[in-house]
Amino acid sequence: MKIGLFIPCFIDAFFPEVGIATLQLLERFKLDVVYPRDQTCCGQPMANSGYDAEASGAEALFVRNFEGFDYIVGPSGSCVHHIRHFFTALDQTEAVRDVRARTYELVEFLHDILKVDAFPWARFPHKVGLHNSCGTLRGLRHARASELREPHFSKPEQLLSKVEGLQFVAASRPDECCGFGGLFSIYNESVSAKMGSDKVHDFARASADYIVSADSSCLMHQRGCAERGNVPIKFIHIAQILNGAAA
Amino acid sequence: MSSRDAILAAIRSHLPKGERPLPAVPTFEDHSPADLIEAFGRALKRMGGRMLQPDPGGDGTAPVKALLADSLLVCSATPEIAGEFDLNDVVDPRSLADVDHAVVRASCGVAETGSVLLTDGDLKVNALAYLAQHLVVLLDPADIVVNLHAAYGRPEFRERAYAVFHSGPSATADIEGVLILGAQGVRSLSVWLVPRKSGQPD
Amino acid sequence: MSERTPDDGPEGIEAQPRGARQRGSKPIDQAEAARRFLAAPRHQQQHDARLWTLRQRRDEQMWAMPEWEELRQLGSDIKEHTLSRLDHYLEMFEAKAKANGVVVHWARDAAEHNKIVQQLLEQHGATTLIKSKSMLTEECGLRADLAKAGIDVVETDLGERIQQLDDEDPSHVVVPAVHKLRTDVAKVFAATIGSDPDNDDPPYLAEAQRNAARPVILSAGAGMTGANFLVAETGAVVVCTNEGNADLCANIPALHIVSAGIEKIIPRMGDLAVFVRMLSRSALGSPITQYTSHFRGPRPGAEMHVVLVDNGRSERLGMAEFWTSLKCIRCGACMNTCPVYRRSGGLSYGATYSGPIGLIIDPTFNARKYSNLPYSSTLNGSCSNVCPVKINIHEQIYAWRKVLVREHETPFVKRAAMRAAGAVLARPTVYRAAIEKTNDALTSLPRFVIYNGMNEWGKGREMPRPPAETFHQWFIRTRGDKP
Repeated sequence: MKIGLFIPCFIDAFFPEVGIATLQLLERFKLDVVYPRDQTCCGQPMANSGYDAEASGAEALFVRNFEGFDYIVGPSGSCVHHIRHFFTALDQTEAVRDVRARTYELVEFLHDILKVDAFPWARFPHKVGLHNSCGTLRGLRHARASELREPHFSKPEQLLSKVEGLQFVAASRPDECCGFGGLFSIYNESVSAKMGSDKVHDFARASADYIVSADSSCLMHQRGCAERGNVPIKFIHIAQILNGAAA
Repeated sequence: MSSRDAILAAIRSHLPKGERPLPAVPTFEDHSPADLIEAFGRALKRMGGRMLQPDPGGDGTAPVKALLADSLLVCSATPEIAGEFDLNDVVDPRSLADVDHAVVRASCGVAETGSVLLTDGDLKVNALAYLAQHLVVLLDPADIVVNLHAAYGRPEFRERAYAVFHSGPSATADIEGVLILGAQGVRSLSVWLVPRKSGQPD
Repeated sequence: MSERTPDDGPEGIEAQPRGARQRGSKPIDQAEAARRFLAAPRHQQQHDARLWTLRQRRDEQMWAMPEWEELRQLGSDIKEHTLSRLDHYLEMFEAKAKANGVVVHWARDAAEHNKIVQQLLEQHGATTLIKSKSMLTEECGLRADLAKAGIDVVETDLGERIQQLDDEDPSHVVVPAVHKLRTDVAKVFAATIGSDPDNDDPPYLAEAQRNAARPVILSAGAGMTGANFLVAETGAVVVCTNEGNADLCANIPALHIVSAGIEKIIPRMGDLAVFVRMLSRSALGSPITQYTSHFRGPRPGAEMHVVLVDNGRSERLGMAEFWTSLKCIRCGACMNTCPVYRRSGGLSYGATYSGPIGLIIDPTFNARKYSNLPYSSTLNGSCSNVCPVKINIHEQIYAWRKVLVREHETPFVKRAAMRAAGAVLARPTVYRAAIEKTNDALTSLPRFVIYNGMNEWGKGREMPRPPAETFHQWFIRTRGDKP
């Protein structure tokens, strides 16, 4: 199984530790992981703002970089959601469709493809609030969304439950959006910051030591709100916990 | 071109393409409660209405007579209870403005929602059910259907000019979500379970 | 509507934040209005908590019904079928209604609707019109037009009446005054219906309105209702209220006028059960509204008229990406669940329809004025999940962004900046140079995407700290540059 490692632009620039943890984690499963050097971005920042045509160059580059892999795996639910569902600025050739279909977010790859049921190297004895980003939750269906009448399931919860010592705490509004929303965080700054503040306070009231997510953009936003509001909560990406990060 | 024709032409030129069949709507009866009367009573209470409890002995009229004993003005559309005047004589609905208690018989009840169905035939004057301060509804327990699917199959909806589900009294929560009963319509709705007299229309 | 300045309330009472600034057809600045709403924390907190409660009650109803998701699918399928044969069902409705003694009118647009209503009222010598809630009549600006003709329109729904007396639009399709605190209502009523200014007890205020409304209801020359549904099979008009005010308006005056959008039609009585079972559960978490009224014909000695209104709906029907927004049954569940709406207030959108559904239908009324609205969303998708007729609202919000940037430059994101960003991100060597030039990705990455964006970010949050090296640099350093 040949894996193409997809490192989203803001992970590359702001959260390299998440990319490192992802690479190391995948290598723990003895997978052949390749990091295409010429990758840049999935095109989401332009496309989400409505500038579809302006995203086509980045999208075409993505396809060129990731042709020929069995799976393309990246630690960002929002990017993978964009790739699988909204990657439409370019001609939908067979190559494009193939790359899109093979692109997986890390949690769903571990859960659905590798079907990992143990992380013997991982230990995280803390109270953890699990934040499912909206793209991951409702777009990629990582877990049951609270609006829907269906049986409970959660891929990230299932993986994290295999980590020794980890204790889940529940927020009172388990899947309300935290307010990042990409451009929204700038355009509608006051509402975005309030949503983020409400989110971290909700987790704090539940006594979470850490907020964990499969999306660093949400974590970055929530951390900013927590620090501004003096809420003593720490933030970590799920890749880091599963890779055996010590707190 | 008339507006009608212009609108229909515009619609026709914009109709979405593709097969979109009209689905059959199930009756959803398989989740029916065992005791329809009990379910109806619970749902009615939830909507802010109340069930008049039958007296153990006697002819069953005691609770409703007690309710009406101090009424300022009773107006009845149904033979079981006598009212102050004959609704058949009413031409202008406004003349019902001073009614305190209105007494009517429902065409049916709905266990799912605690609703009673009232028609222009049941009310004689439609406004009676809204101008009165309090509404007393007679309901034959045999007329309770399980849910709205069953209710909408009834002939009243094809035969009557006016048919309404009352589900408890008038209510609002428009100010800070505080629930208030008796917003614009009746302040209370009480249901008296009593079978129709034989010979009465269904 | 005139410009409102914040009221100076007495000590300790927070002034009510007012809605978006209206400047003709200039784009509405929803973010600015939201900022002012958030600057009134008691109002914002009450608004958010109240609507979240409605969302939770909706969830409770959902869990009590094993067939909930099946009903949603049925609702969606029935509506899509109906819209695909809209002309056929409208003609069927008209024929049945006429046979029942109802007069049916057709109005191409808001002006025509208002003219038809005015003519009917003048023919009947009615100088006062009592009405129940109708978003369509808000859309048409009916009250203002009738006022010019000397006809007094009196809202009978409590929330609508509060808003009318305060010269403010309704802020939510189901609970029009949800943005107001009881202190705001007490102030409005004291100034208009003579209630005690020091009594803000909701039961007292509701009773005051009941007593003020009753004589008006009894003397009105005509009554108007909206329509939640029109049933083609029987020619019935269905109206759902909790107060019973629609039934007062329809059953007392000798003239009953129904204003209905053409998209309200459904085929059969049996279909009605699907929608009635979902409407109030979705809106308020209540199994059904207190009153569900079915009008099939006029009372003896009275008249019943239905005005079918297009006002852009037939046009919207032809929009491949947006026509399914016509399925909307105006339940407001999308507003209740929307985290942005709950913190902004409905008036911040500056349009008849606010919240998620507003974002996707308002641009069809005025693309320029509402060109920013689709950006008042995080695209989180909760709205689509609560929609009882499965409108893919968040996907349509996304689609509108693409449509609107083609024609209306969004002021906060420059096309030139996006083009530059796209060009850089398409070329790896240029991108690497830009990111790693100053070794401070924080300033270089967002700069070409958003002008001055980081100043905005920093208003409510601490800045992310730039790392020592990028992932790319780490990889080259530790794993070497080999392919």
